[in-house]
Amino acid sequence: MRFRGRAKSEAPSPVEPAEEPPGLVIDALGRKCPIPIIMLAERIREVPVGDIVAVLADDAAARTDVPAWCRMKSQDFVREETLQQGGWGFHIRRTY
Amino acid sequence: MTRTALLEALDAGWADPTRLYGTARNTRMLLDRARARVAGVLGARPDEVSFTSSGTQAVHLAVLGGLQARRRAGRHLVVSAVEHSSVLHAAELHERDGGDITIVGVDQTGRVDSAEFAAALRPDTALACLQSANHEVGTLQPVTEVADLCRAADVPLVVDAAQSLGRTDTPSGWSFLTGSAHKWGGPAGVGVLAIRKGTRWRSPLPADEREGRRVPGFENVPAIVAAAAALEAYRADMVDEAPRLSALVDLIRERVAHDIPDIEVVGDPIRRLPHLVTFSCLYVEGEVLLTELDRLGFAVSSGSSCTADTLRPSHVLEAMGVITHGNVRVSLPRGTEPADVERFLAVLPDIVARLRQSTSDMLETGRRSRP
Repeated sequence: MRFRGRAKSEAPSPVEPAEEPPGLVIDALGRKCPIPIIMLAERIREVPVGDIVAVLADDAAARTDVPAWCRMKSQDFVREETLQQGGWGFHIRRTY
Repeated sequence: MTRTALLEALDAGWADPTRLYGTARNTRMLLDRARARVAGVLGARPDEVSFTSSGTQAVHLAVLGGLQARRRAGRHLVVSAVEHSSVLHAAELHERDGGDITIVGVDQTGRVDSAEFAAALRPDTALACLQSANHEVGTLQPVTEVADLCRAADVPLVVDAAQSLGRTDTPSGWSFLTGSAHKWGGPAGVGVLAIRKGTRWRSPLPADEREGRRVPGFENVPAIVAAAAALEAYRADMVDEAPRLSALVDLIRERVAHDIPDIEVVGDPIRRLPHLVTFSCLYVEGEVLLTELDRLGFAVSSGSSCTADTLRPSHVLEAMGVITHGNVRVSLPRGTEPADVERFLAVLPDIVARLRQSTSDMLETGRRSRP
């Protein structure tokens, strides 16, 4: 039984037309939150506005914290993908 | 006062209330009087109220016994995503046992939508559970509306009122109501389970005579007497104390958000418990923040997961979709002085800034040391 997520957000989100490759991949695998978020905040400016950053993390807290960070910081959370080796890839579009 | 009640009852109420000799009859009388006092605050009849060994036990009995009694109606259980772990663990047990569960989500303040909750009810729904207020973020749930909708659907509702009993008016419309004495300044080891007259319930445990056949084992009468005295006193205190504490919570909510960058105060700002405030600081480990505050004499809690022994973020913060790290929960006890709050607000910004700096330094060093 999983308690995560709001029932409302369970609805399928509109599929990205074409999956855009990230301009930067931040490897935070094996790092506990808040480290993945700190790495994201420090490095998002390395890509131009409008480009995608991907954060790879395997701390389950990142599944909540990355989208919540995007909301607080008005960045655009694009999607979450499950990684074959375990963990997740989070795609964020830099908005400013 | 609670202490006096406890000490007196230790002398007068030590006997077995089911026996017939003099001290036993006195003990029975003390127990019945305590039941009537608690029932008064709960808005229940005395024979609807049983004492348990904890709030957790009260929840387990309400959920599992409520489901058991309605097996013929079905095996579907509806719970909110932000219930106390005692409710969710009882639900897990039901699921392992072949039962079916629907979890109703919450909005960003941690509040259930009553229409969404009602939509989860099905013809085979045996029971529904909704807390009166959330234990981590203080948000009040729409219990009265949900209770009306459950009644219309003929589904009994368990209301876990552990957070609000004595602090706010007891919600109406419940079929089962549970609470815990240590939350209202009573002794640990006393919980309360109220079952509304006419609600079907069957014990999920082996048969036992105690507490109207609802709770097994010899009652701790002295502790129950103290719990009843504490509840009445607490309720009376809260008439003035709740608005005063609530104003201090408003102050914390406002100042923390204003004085500290990258912080989010979570939970409903208005429809909330009077004494509880929770916020999350970006880029800080909750556990480290707690340790620092503890060193300065502030005993606060956290829903953060960044510790080896839980390994999971708080299911409440997760369901709300708010930052789970750097989380601090401040619970103001009775008698909290404005000066205490001011001192907390004065030290917090520096602690957060210092911890952010040290985490950032550590990361920098780590990066440079790599080849």
